[in-house]
Amino acid sequence: MIGTQGKERLAETLSSYSKERKSLIPLLEEVQGELGYLPKEVMQEIAGFLAIPEVEVYGVATFYNQFRFVPRGKHHVRVCMGTACHLAGGKLILEALERELGIKVGETAEGGEFSLERVACVGCCMLAPVMIIGEEIHPKMTPFKSEEALIPYRQKSEETNSSKGQAGAKTGKRGE
Amino acid sequence: MTFQEIQSQAKSEWEDLQKKACILIGTATCGRAAGALNTLEAFQAELSRRHIEVKTIQVGCMGLCYAEPLVTMAKPDSFRVVYGNVTPELVPRLVEGYIMGDDPCLELALGTLELGEGGAPYIPELPRFEKELRLVLRRCGYIDPQNINHYIANGGYSGLAETLMRPPDEIIEQVKRSGLRGRGGAGFPTGLKWEFCRKAEGEPKYVVCNADEGDPGAFMDRTILESDPQQVIEGMIIGAYVVGARQGYIYVRAEYPLAVERVKTALRQAEELGLLGDNILGSGLSFRIELAMGAGAFVSGEETALMAAVEGEMSTPRPRPPYPAQAGLWGKPTLLNNVKTFANIPLIIERGADWFSSIGTEGSKGTAVFTLAGKVNKKGLTEVPMGITFREIIYDIGGGIPGSKSFKAIQIGGPSGGCIPPSLLDAPIDYDSLRQAGSMMGSGGLIVMDEDNCVVDAAKFFLDFTTKESCGKCTLCRLGTLQMFHILEAITRGEGKPEDLDLLFELAEDVKLGSLCALGGTAPNPVLTTLRYFRDEYEAHVLEKRCPAKLCPELTAYYILPDKCERGCEHCVLTCPTEAIKGEKGEVKFIDQEKCVNCGTCLDVCPPEYNAVVKLSPISQLPPEDAAAKERGIAQRAQQVA
Repeated sequence: MIGTQGKERLAETLSSYSKERKSLIPLLEEVQGELGYLPKEVMQEIAGFLAIPEVEVYGVATFYNQFRFVPRGKHHVRVCMGTACHLAGGKLILEALERELGIKVGETAEGGEFSLERVACVGCCMLAPVMIIGEEIHPKMTPFKSEEALIPYRQKSEETNSSKGQAGAKTGKRGE
Repeated sequence: MTFQEIQSQAKSEWEDLQKKACILIGTATCGRAAGALNTLEAFQAELSRRHIEVKTIQVGCMGLCYAEPLVTMAKPDSFRVVYGNVTPELVPRLVEGYIMGDDPCLELALGTLELGEGGAPYIPELPRFEKELRLVLRRCGYIDPQNINHYIANGGYSGLAETLMRPPDEIIEQVKRSGLRGRGGAGFPTGLKWEFCRKAEGEPKYVVCNADEGDPGAFMDRTILESDPQQVIEGMIIGAYVVGARQGYIYVRAEYPLAVERVKTALRQAEELGLLGDNILGSGLSFRIELAMGAGAFVSGEETALMAAVEGEMSTPRPRPPYPAQAGLWGKPTLLNNVKTFANIPLIIERGADWFSSIGTEGSKGTAVFTLAGKVNKKGLTEVPMGITFREIIYDIGGGIPGSKSFKAIQIGGPSGGCIPPSLLDAPIDYDSLRQAGSMMGSGGLIVMDEDNCVVDAAKFFLDFTTKESCGKCTLCRLGTLQMFHILEAITRGEGKPEDLDLLFELAEDVKLGSLCALGGTAPNPVLTTLRYFRDEYEAHVLEKRCPAKLCPELTAYYILPDKCERGCEHCVLTCPTEAIKGEKGEVKFIDQEKCVNCGTCLDVCPPEYNAVVKLSPISQLPPEDAAAKERGIAQRAQQVA
C-alpha cells in the first residue's frame, strides 16, 4: 500500500510524463527507483494515466528483468552470473550466499535485512567473480569471502536497530 | 557560433590545460570498481593539504582495466607518466615526487607517454600497444568525457562540419567505399544500410543507436559511452543529415548508470553549442537525441525488439523484411546502428574511405574493439586491426594465461558465439573466418578459458542464459533451447546417453531454423562449436562419467591426501562452509563427502607447501566408502533442489 502521500507523489511523477505509450517503461523505472518495487496499485494508476489496459502494464513490467513486485531487503545482494564470473566460480558464490542467508534467489532473509538476486553481467569482468551489496562492488570473491562480506552489513543493521530501540523508548514510540 | 569559433575556443581551453600540471584519474566503471573514487579523493585531499593548485580530471578507461585505478600525471616541460594500481596510500608519494619534486616514481609506473626517459617503458612500444590500433578508443582515458571542448580540441566534430558542406549521397558513397560493416555483430555493410534508409519513403525518419550491450562479459560500448561519448553523438548527427531524420534515440541499458549519466551530460553540452537542436551549425539541419533506457532484456539488442522497447512495448522481435531502414520505429524508416558503428563514422569522413579500407582484411575493414577477460593476465579493452590472430590477442596483448595453466579455448561472441580451440589460435579474426569456424563476431566479448574450465559446463551456461532470455515468441527458441539445456544438464551430471550428442545436433538445427531472430538463430552456437572442437570432453562426461576439467560437481570430488596432510594445520576445517571437514587437532583431516558441496575452499586454503587437497574425477577414484557417501550427498542435494 502506498498511502495518500504516496499517491500524491505518484501523481506528481505522472504529470511530468506525456500520455504516450513510449512513456510506459521510463515511468515504471522512475517509480521503481523511488519505491524499490512496483506495487499493484501503482501499475493500475499508470494504466489509467496512459489509458491502456492494466494487463498491458503488467505484461511489460513482467517481461523485463529490471522490474520487481516485492520489496527488496535493506541490503540488496546481487551476484554476477556473467561469463567471466561463471568461469571464475560465480555459482559457488551464489550457493554460498544461499546457504549463509538460508534463502533462495529472489527471496528476502533475516527479517527484510538482505535480499538475494542473480544478475546477468555487471561488466566488472576483470574483478571476477564479483558480488554487489547495495551499490558496493566486492571483487574477487570466494565462498568464504562472500560470507565474511555480509558481516559489516549485519553489524550496521544491529547498531541502527538498537539505537532506534533506544530512541523509541525515550519518545515512547517505536522506530519504523 | 560558427564551427571555427567553437573549435578555436575549445583549442585554447585545451592548450591552457597543457600549460599546467594535471592529474588524470580513470573513473569509468572499471576504475570505480577498483576504487578510483577513493584515489581521486586522496589526491584532492593531499593537494589541498599542501595548498597546491593542480587540476584533477576524471577521464574514461584507457583499456588497461587490470591495472585500475589508473592515473596519468602531466606537467609542463616533462614527460607524462602512467601509473597502475594507484591506491590512496601511494598518493602522497606521487604528489611529492612527480608534482613537487623531480622524482617521477618510475618504479610505480606502467610507463611513460613520451620517449626518452629510462627507467620505465615507453608505452607505445609495449607489446600490447604495438599490436593495437586505436581509432574509436584513441581518446579514451586522455580526455574528460564530460567536457565537449576536450573532444572538439582533439579533432571532434570536424567530421560533422565537413559533412554539412557536402551532399548526402556523397557521404553515403564514402561510407560504402570505406567497407565499414555493422559493429553490432552481424556485419551488415553500413553504407548500404544508410542508402536504403535515405531512399526509403516515409516521414519522419529516425536514427537509433543500439547501446543495449547485453552479452555477459562484454563492455566495449559501455566504456566508449563512459570515456568518449561525443563521437557516438557526432556519428548519429551525420547519419541524421544523410537520411533526413529529425529525431534520434540512444537505447542504453539501465544497468549502466554511469554511461547514462555521461551520455546525458554529453547531449546537453552538444545542445548548448548548437551541435544538436535546430539549424545545426547554420546548415538548416534540425536533429535532437533522446535517451531511452533498457530495462534488462537481452533480446532488446535485436533491432526489431529494440524498437518495440523504445515504443514502450514488450521487447519481442518481428519478422524481417521489412527492415528497420524501411519500416522501423512507429513504422517509419529508421537508421539503426551499434555504438561502435556510429563512432567510426566521423573518422571515415575526416580521413577518407581509402585510409579506412587500407586497415583490416579483404572482407572486414577497420578495427575491432574487444573486451578481454577470463583466464588471461592483462584483462581489459583492446582495439586491433581486423585480421589479427587470437594468439596475438591472448599472448601479446593479454600477456598470456596466469600461472602454469594451459590454454583450452577462447569464447567469442557471448551466447551467440562459440568456443575457438587451440588449433585455430593462428586464424585471423574477421567476420567471415569466424563464421566459418561456427562462431560469430558478436559484439566483441572475448573470454579466455584454461584447463580448469569445462567446455560442456560453458555450453550449459550459455544455454541457461538463452533459455532465460528467450522472449518466448518462437516455440523452438523457447522450448528447443530448454530441451538442449536439459540434455546438457544431464551430461554434466553424468546421466548423459551416447545418443544425446546426435540429438543435440538435431535440436540445434531445428532451433536455428525455427527462430525469428538472431537470439534463437545463434543460441545453439556455443553447443555446436564445443561439440565440433571438444567432442572428446563430451564423450568423457557421457562414457566415463569423468569431467576432464574436474569442475562438474556431480563428477568431481575433493579429497585430502592422508600422507600429505600436515595434521597440525586446521585451515580447511575452519573455513569449510558446510563443516564437512573432520579430524581432531594433530590428526589427519578428511572430507565428509556426503556434506561436501565442491566449493573448493579447502583447495584454496591448504598451504602450498603441503598441497594436500586434490580433485578427483570420476568419483570412482575415491576410496569406495567415500565414493558411496559422495553419491548419497549428490542425491540429497538433487532432492532438495527438486
